[in-house]
Amino acid sequence: MTLAGISLAYLRARPLSTALNLLLLALGIAMITVLLLVTAQLEERMGRDARGIDMVAGAKGSPMQLVLSAVFHLDAPTGNIPLDDALALSRHPAVKKAIALALGDSYQGFRIVGTSKDYPAHYDARLDEGRLWNEPMEAVLGAEVAAKSRLGVGASFAGAHGLAAGGEAHEEEPFKVVGVLALNGTVLDRLVLTSIESVWEVHEHGGRPSGRREITALLIQYASPLAAATLPRQVNASASLQAASPAYESARLFRMIGVGVDVMRAFGLVLVLAAGLSVFIALLNALEERRYDLAVMRMLGASRGKLMGLMLLEGIVLALLGGIAGMALGHLCTEALGAALKAAQQTKLTGWAWNPQEPWLLVLAVAVGIAAALLPAWRAYRADVALVLAEG
Amino acid sequence: MLSVKGLRQRYSAGAVLHGAREVLALERFEAAAGEHWLVLGASGSGKTTFLNLVAGLLKPSEGEIEVGGQVLARLEGAALDRWRGRNVGIVPQKLHLVSSLSVLHNLLLAPYLAGLPADTARAGILLGSLSLSDKAAAKPHELSHGQAQRVAIARAVMNRPKLLLADEPTANLDDANCFQALELLENQAKECGATLIVATHDQRAKARFEKRLELDA
Repeated sequence: MTLAGISLAYLRARPLSTALNLLLLALGIAMITVLLLVTAQLEERMGRDARGIDMVAGAKGSPMQLVLSAVFHLDAPTGNIPLDDALALSRHPAVKKAIALALGDSYQGFRIVGTSKDYPAHYDARLDEGRLWNEPMEAVLGAEVAAKSRLGVGASFAGAHGLAAGGEAHEEEPFKVVGVLALNGTVLDRLVLTSIESVWEVHEHGGRPSGRREITALLIQYASPLAAATLPRQVNASASLQAASPAYESARLFRMIGVGVDVMRAFGLVLVLAAGLSVFIALLNALEERRYDLAVMRMLGASRGKLMGLMLLEGIVLALLGGIAGMALGHLCTEALGAALKAAQQTKLTGWAWNPQEPWLLVLAVAVGIAAALLPAWRAYRADVALVLAEG
Repeated sequence: MLSVKGLRQRYSAGAVLHGAREVLALERFEAAAGEHWLVLGASGSGKTTFLNLVAGLLKPSEGEIEVGGQVLARLEGAALDRWRGRNVGIVPQKLHLVSSLSVLHNLLLAPYLAGLPADTARAGILLGSLSLSDKAAAKPHELSHGQAQRVAIARAVMNRPKLLLADEPTANLDDANCFQALELLENQAKECGATLIVATHDQRAKARFEKRLELDA
């Protein structure tokens, strides 16, 4: 027999009220847990995809669209830029590294990216099978693409025009798979890589006159931090190019999503506070029902402090149970959300990841439990035993 | 064992209603170890107040109470609660079993709250001697009044108190059960060597007790 055992016995003695309190608290904590996991994983993923890319140069339009399309491969490109302008920019002294990307086609919804071998090297990609491309129309699949399409080295496939599945197929220009990348947790997992020449070949043979050669975007790493002050301005001054900063644009994106996240987090907090209020009322009612029990405990030798502890413990036990259930629910919901989004080939989410901020959620739950139990505990402390026993 | 001198108790909590009414005045009372006393008096004569004072649940307005060599006024707060848990067994009038705990846990509550080791063996023996063995896992609401009273008596003697107090143990009982309840109290008090004090206004109890204290307010 322990105080915690007595608290549990009391909680079991009124299952409906206990269940309601647990549910409220668990829902609030679950909501905050989901937000915590999702935003942390998105930020981490986006940070990994944008690592080492200081600037993106592409066609004029929305800078956010440019970053979303060229770095994260989540949006349509803003357009194409002349190869000559891109080459000129990549030779600029402030540029340390420039990776050209040519977009336009896809396979089963996965983007086909014409690029140089610097691109997989930038993300430290390793080959799981085969080799990188050497000739036009040779392709290397990202790990997820290979898993989903069940294509291996030696297979061939036709790209579809556009970036969504179901575009017009380029049947007469099939790609040949020469390599498969190992899973590395970046955007590469969801891409089909090939040479820029392949992309040009597909489109020029597609009946269009071969005019000036174009690419879609240039991923740029600065030679020195000073370049951040001058290079974007120079690029933006040119007629055909615009510069966008992945760091700035993703921060801007998170600020926009952030409003929604804040609203949902506030809603979660309101749920947790409502749970606290509900626990408070439950304990206050319980105190009324239990005044004889408390008096008898004093009669049997329990100190005022012990009775106060008993009421506090009941709040804490409820809060801990609700908090743990909420966190479990939050992880399950995140995993379910991840499974749903996986079907849409969006960024991968998992519920089986631990966030270092999660212990604070338990602290929050327990703090709410203690706050809710404080007044009932004080009243238990103050109760006059002899009066209660005498009134019978 | 129990010695009371110049005891006066005036109401303070209900002062507005009662005035500063004196509810108990007792010049001198002595009870030796192992004696069985009956405290008699009409309702409102201060019987329950007397028991609460002796148990250290109330502080007297005036006077001194000594139980087994311990002057109660010298104990405060948690120390007084602990002393009571270890030395005084109380069977309150309304029994007050803890409804969400089983019968066995109601008994084990006594040593636990008094800071003594959980004596499950003693609880089992007591339940057996009160023919409650099959009720160990039952909740108080599943018991008859007689069974509940026996549980309350068992709880009061769990810690082998020096002083066993019972408030109106025969109220609402027919003659047969009245004498059975008193006999149980006497037997359990004898078994622990405790001084027994039974407060009642029930005239049927008179016959069983040689030592009687009459209170009249």
